[in-house]
Amino acid sequence: MKAIYQRPESLTTDTSIYCPGCGHGVIQKLIAEVIDELGVRERAIGIAPVGCAVLSYNYFNFDVTEAAHGRAPAVATAIKRLLPSRIVFTYQGDGDLAAIGTAEIIHAAARGENFSVFFINNAVYGMTKGQMAPTTLTGQKTTTTVSGRNPQVHGFPIRVCELLSSLDGVTYLERATTSDIPGIIATKKAIKKAILWQMQQKGMSFVEILASCPTNWKKNPSDSLKWMKETMERYYPVKVFKDPGNIL
Amino acid sequence: MRLKILNGCEASAEGAISAGCAFYAGYPITPQNRFPEYMSERMEQDGGVFIQAESETSSINMLFGAAAAGFRCMTSSSSPGISLMQEGISYLAGCELPAVIVNMARGGPGLGDVTPSQSDYFQSTRGGGHGDYRTIVLAPWSCQEIHDHTYLAFDLADKYRNPVLVLGDGLLAQMYETVRPKAKKKRFPKKPWALDGCSGRKPNSLKSLFLTPGVLEAHNWKLASKWARIEKREIRCESYYCRNSNYIVVSFGTCARIAKEAVERARQEGADIGLFRPVTLWPFPYAQLAECLKNAKKVLVVEMSLGQMIDDVYLAARNSDARIFFYGRPGGGVPDPDEIYREIKKK
Ligand SMILES: Cc1ncc(C[n+]2csc(CCOP(=O)(O)OP(=O)(O)O)c2C)c(N)n1
Ligand code: SF4
Ligand SMILES: [Mg+2]
Repeated sequence: MKAIYQRPESLTTDTSIYCPGCGHGVIQKLIAEVIDELGVRERAIGIAPVGCAVLSYNYFNFDVTEAAHGRAPAVATAIKRLLPSRIVFTYQGDGDLAAIGTAEIIHAAARGENFSVFFINNAVYGMTKGQMAPTTLTGQKTTTTVSGRNPQVHGFPIRVCELLSSLDGVTYLERATTSDIPGIIATKKAIKKAILWQMQQKGMSFVEILASCPTNWKKNPSDSLKWMKETMERYYPVKVFKDPGNIL
Repeated sequence: MRLKILNGCEASAEGAISAGCAFYAGYPITPQNRFPEYMSERMEQDGGVFIQAESETSSINMLFGAAAAGFRCMTSSSSPGISLMQEGISYLAGCELPAVIVNMARGGPGLGDVTPSQSDYFQSTRGGGHGDYRTIVLAPWSCQEIHDHTYLAFDLADKYRNPVLVLGDGLLAQMYETVRPKAKKKRFPKKPWALDGCSGRKPNSLKSLFLTPGVLEAHNWKLASKWARIEKREIRCESYYCRNSNYIVVSFGTCARIAKEAVERARQEGADIGLFRPVTLWPFPYAQLAECLKNAKKVLVVEMSLGQMIDDVYLAARNSDARIFFYGRPGGGVPDPDEIYREIKKK
């Protein structure tokens, strides 16, 4: 019998703690599939964030370390510099990357560190139960913006890809979404390209991935996907910001 | 190896290179700017990695990555920068990662000044960051010693899988002395736990997060037994004329070197006095000091601070009848031998 679908070798058989409808599970499976397809599992080193994906080392079936909140790009910098033939990536949430870890990501990007970043934007602090994130949209209700984010009081949401696009050290930069099947297929392509560019030693490859957090958005999974399409993707357009060429 | 004239920063850097340090990250701060400058050149010559990080927070987390990948690594800084590293040091201790951190301490609190101080004793010896942990702390008093201690720090870090601090100060950072560099280390311990890709083995992971009830407590007990082993084996100290003396001066680092001159002078005048110098500040030589205090009537603790190590002297002296006095200069004040001599006479 021919297997037409199976669990990627790069995923363990552990049950994840992610809520139903959560974007993290989908994205981690895509990363695992790409690593399998490129045959680099035994060379892969992942850096897990502090956030809902903190337990990634239980889910990925290759070497994974934790990092302090926001510091994954500093950790990845050293690993990749010392082990340039390995495939190194950070997996970071919006609080991790765009709030507490802003300095680390900007400077790793500016240095053109040759690792890949998967930036999971769910517009909220998932793990600490739904506070405002730097990417929380104007008007979005969170547990620390109960009447909705008001830019006059809470500031404006950060568009990370747009911010990074001015840095020469980032060579591949794309925003993808997981709000529907075509989006998920495109996300997988983006992840693959990011790793392939890393293998070409091109500098930082960065993919922002819009993801849902039904639990903290207080929406059911299908309404969450709808909200992503209608609201998130309007402020965070799906777009290729930088792509040095055809690599797939 | 031929003698070299080096300042404390350069001597420490050379100790690291002799010990096989493959990675240095740092951020400029006076009085140890020479450290990253010197390292940038030496690491390039030596085939290692040098990174001028965007902050000390980033430096220490780069060390986390370098150590995780199985490489010998170090950073250096001075007090405010070391404060910024505390979260990272706690993670290193929690994940049991070896790394070497040199603190050329300066006056505080806050931005303080750039002159020598010993006011980071509490921070260095009591963990410093969050959680129940310890770091080995070596306190050199000369350029030769900071060279040797830095080399030793790498071995201790690997042996115990724990961060090791070398606590110098602005004086040591900037003074020049002759140093005989150690030969380059050739053999290194294996690190089967390191993350370098799971080729031919099961995946490795590094973590300090243990959510299952009881597991973190068990992890802490395991760490505690390691620290107990360190306390048993790694105490280092020196004593000068302490046997049966009835007056003991206790001091560490450069301050002890200054105090030694005052003690020598008092002895020349017939005083029955000795000097005790802890070399490891953690583990602290409690038993060794207690032994020196057996016949002592008076103890003078001299520090370049408002008095921090004195707490450990009290612990060591809990069964002693000696009266304990203190002389200290906080905020970057450096005593001279005359000053300490006068203080010895006064008590
Ligand atoms: C220094 C520090 N500050 C705060 C926290 C608490 N904390 C844990 S996860 C988190 C937010 C994570 O949000 P995000 O990065 O968006 O990840 P998500 O859970 O949404 O995937 C915070 C604030 C921490 N662990 N460490
Ligand atoms: S809280 Fe949100 S981000 Fe976290 S697991 Fe649940 S759905 Fe996912
Ligand atoms: Mg988030």
